[in-house]
Amino acid sequence: MNAKVGVVVFPGSNCDHDAYHVFKEIIKADTKFLWHKEGSIGDRNIIILPGGFSYGDYLRCGAISRFSNIMQDVVRFADNGGIVIGICNGFQILCESGLLPGALLRNVNLKFVCKTVSLKVENNKSIFTSNYGIKEDIEIPIAHGEGNYFCDEDTLTDLVSNNQILFRYNDNPNGSISDIAGIQNKKRNVLGMMPHPERVSDSSLGNTDGLKLLKSVAESVM
Amino acid sequence: MFTAKIKVTLRKTILDPQGKTVEHSLKSLGYDNISGTRIGKYVEMKIDAKSKEEANKIAEESCKRLLSNPVMEDYEFEII
Repeated sequence: MNAKVGVVVFPGSNCDHDAYHVFKEIIKADTKFLWHKEGSIGDRNIIILPGGFSYGDYLRCGAISRFSNIMQDVVRFADNGGIVIGICNGFQILCESGLLPGALLRNVNLKFVCKTVSLKVENNKSIFTSNYGIKEDIEIPIAHGEGNYFCDEDTLTDLVSNNQILFRYNDNPNGSISDIAGIQNKKRNVLGMMPHPERVSDSSLGNTDGLKLLKSVAESVM
Repeated sequence: MFTAKIKVTLRKTILDPQGKTVEHSLKSLGYDNISGTRIGKYVEMKIDAKSKEEANKIAEESCKRLLSNPVMEDYEFEII
């Protein structure tokens, strides 16, 4: 089975083309855009929920997108073990849909933070992080105003004991609980992260720390 | 026709930096007696229902399913 990547496009998505470019032109995977009004993901076996400001971030980030046609099928797909990656706004949508626990609050300093940050790979035994070393430091950019990950204490204990925390910030930029930058679900087929691996996957941009992640996911279905 | 007046606020246990900043600003205006400032959202909507109970049920469901996120927010509303 080859990787068949579907990049979902919501009104207001703006990192969809970056993700498409990396999968299509660099990883050389069969890649398609999926418009949010479509009722099915078709034959896709990897789904990307890209960054951006879907539905203008109205009400709460990701709150409206979660009820879009395509998301009903993405939830079904994920419940059956399908691979879903939510980046930035995609992470917010995954939390709103209940595919991942917790929520993303306003950054604690109330600022939109756009800069490259240092992350630590906390768990490299996942389909998302298998190309990294354990505790490896990587540089990946963030660009968000609502990336302050929050969950209650019981959920945090669960995340830790199930090894669901994949990435932590080395220097917390947004107030996230336990420095969390990215988590996977219990079944280990859904990843949500605020940093943007697709922005550091093309060597012409000088840093390819994100490529290892996206490549390992594509390889996991080959 | 009923009107629902809905308030959505961050849960009490969650730090509200916006509320803190606004309170700080109010204090700089001399209002030293203000505390516990919290910022929230206000939603007003019309509900076409046969009874107040039905309107109540629709408002409750709207709050639970979309208008608030139980992980981080509380809601309250009145129907008039």
